[in-house]
Amino acid sequence: MPPRPRGAPEPAERRELLSAGDVARTIARMAHQVIEKTSLGASGASPVVLLGIPTRGAPLAARLAQRVADFSDIQVPVGTLDVTLYRDDLRRKPTRPLGQTALPPGGIEDALVILVDDVLFSGRTIRAALDALRDVGRPRAVQLAVLVDRGHRELPIRADYVGKNVPTARTEEVHVLFTETDGRDAVLLNRAGERS
Amino acid sequence: MRHLLGTDGLSPETALAILDTADGLKRTLLGREVKKLPTLRGRTVITCFYEDSTRTRVSFEIAGKWMSADVVNVSAGSSSVKKGESLRDTALTLAAAGADCVVVRHPASGAAHRLASWLSHTNTSVVNAGDGTHEHPTQALLDMATLRERLGGVEGRRIAIVGDVLHSRVARSNVHLLTSFGADVVLVAPPTLLPTRVGDWPVGAAGSLRVSHHLDAELPTADAVMMLRVQAERMHGGFFPSAREYSIAYGLSEARAAMLPDHAVVLHPGPMLRGMEIAPAVADSPRAAITEQVANGVHVRMAVLYHLLAGEEDAA
Repeated sequence: MPPRPRGAPEPAERRELLSAGDVARTIARMAHQVIEKTSLGASGASPVVLLGIPTRGAPLAARLAQRVADFSDIQVPVGTLDVTLYRDDLRRKPTRPLGQTALPPGGIEDALVILVDDVLFSGRTIRAALDALRDVGRPRAVQLAVLVDRGHRELPIRADYVGKNVPTARTEEVHVLFTETDGRDAVLLNRAGERS
Repeated sequence: MRHLLGTDGLSPETALAILDTADGLKRTLLGREVKKLPTLRGRTVITCFYEDSTRTRVSFEIAGKWMSADVVNVSAGSSSVKKGESLRDTALTLAAAGADCVVVRHPASGAAHRLASWLSHTNTSVVNAGDGTHEHPTQALLDMATLRERLGGVEGRRIAIVGDVLHSRVARSNVHLLTSFGADVVLVAPPTLLPTRVGDWPVGAAGSLRVSHHLDAELPTADAVMMLRVQAERMHGGFFPSAREYSIAYGLSEARAAMLPDHAVVLHPGPMLRGMEIAPAVADSPRAAITEQVANGVHVRMAVLYHLLAGEEDAA
């Protein structure tokens, strides 16, 4: 991304990491990687299922599936997997509303499940997702796709598909915006305490 | 949310959040072989029942267990209550023993509020599972969940609550919750089974409350009928001439059920007195949602425990 000139519309403490165009290109690249890495469509390859983690993993999974279909003519099943009830940090935050779990009609049994989330940070959401997944079926393998990896892992978890690696300070906040949930596409970096 | 003591004092936002959580839990568990979520692992729920109960106690116990909480049941008949221990001492004992939540049913109105005030210096939450003739908030929430499913919502709907309103904590809790979601509630009962000052009941601004003594006049326009059990154990005196006469005037017979619009739902909080307030054929008909109420009860109580115990401590 080119350096932003002084006086740009985004204030310095609320930097735009990815524009709408960047988001689209990033998702397209991730779709190509998914097709390649899963040998999508090859004989003997496991069926692939994309499961988005609410809130913003859900639209990301849908878009990723759309791009995969555009490039490979294969429509991979998409669903959502809510992990709220499996979190280990519930007592540190006010009561969270539940998201929606909607598995594709074919289920996830013996499939290659790709978990999809917007930001990978501590890894605790993904740990919760692995527990949630165990309760709904037994996939052959599980992979992880994230739009932004911002570092600071607290668990031995890594992503198989990363849209963009962003070095951040722990106190900063990364906000992914999607048209479906936020009215526009962008990835923003906020200093501590700032709200988008 | 610290305690759940009544629907009066429960904001519509919190009530809606609980109902939405209950929906989510129901969807999550639908079709699952193993109905077990790790959410409340390590939390302890003690149910403390000073009155007989099947569905409420079982429902809370299942709700706690499906959320992985440790559930301990205390019933007055087999505890130190029998030796003369006061409610306050029992409550402090349960809290000291490590209860994160005490679910209490008691014959005295206001018992749950007293319990909550005695436990205010602890972190223990109190859920009112029925206090005398006062409130039974989880019943109202599960009725609301059932009506949302069957009717899509209660705003602008006419709900008739029929029978022993005088002794009914279910009616009281329902009136406040239903009206705060915009329902028009009519209490149908003989004058002897109506409290003298229904006008003083807290009514949600979005809905309305009125009283009728004529069941037949209310049925053709009702979207739902909630039949109440005649609570003989709380009746000391002649509230009506005979069971047969009551049944003829206020029982939901097959002929009466036929007067309802096609979409109307029949609810009963249980336990039912078949042949008294409701005819067996009506209770078993497709328009009756009585077993759905019980099933929803588990999800609603899971949601209540989730909102009480899963979030940050002392969160509002």
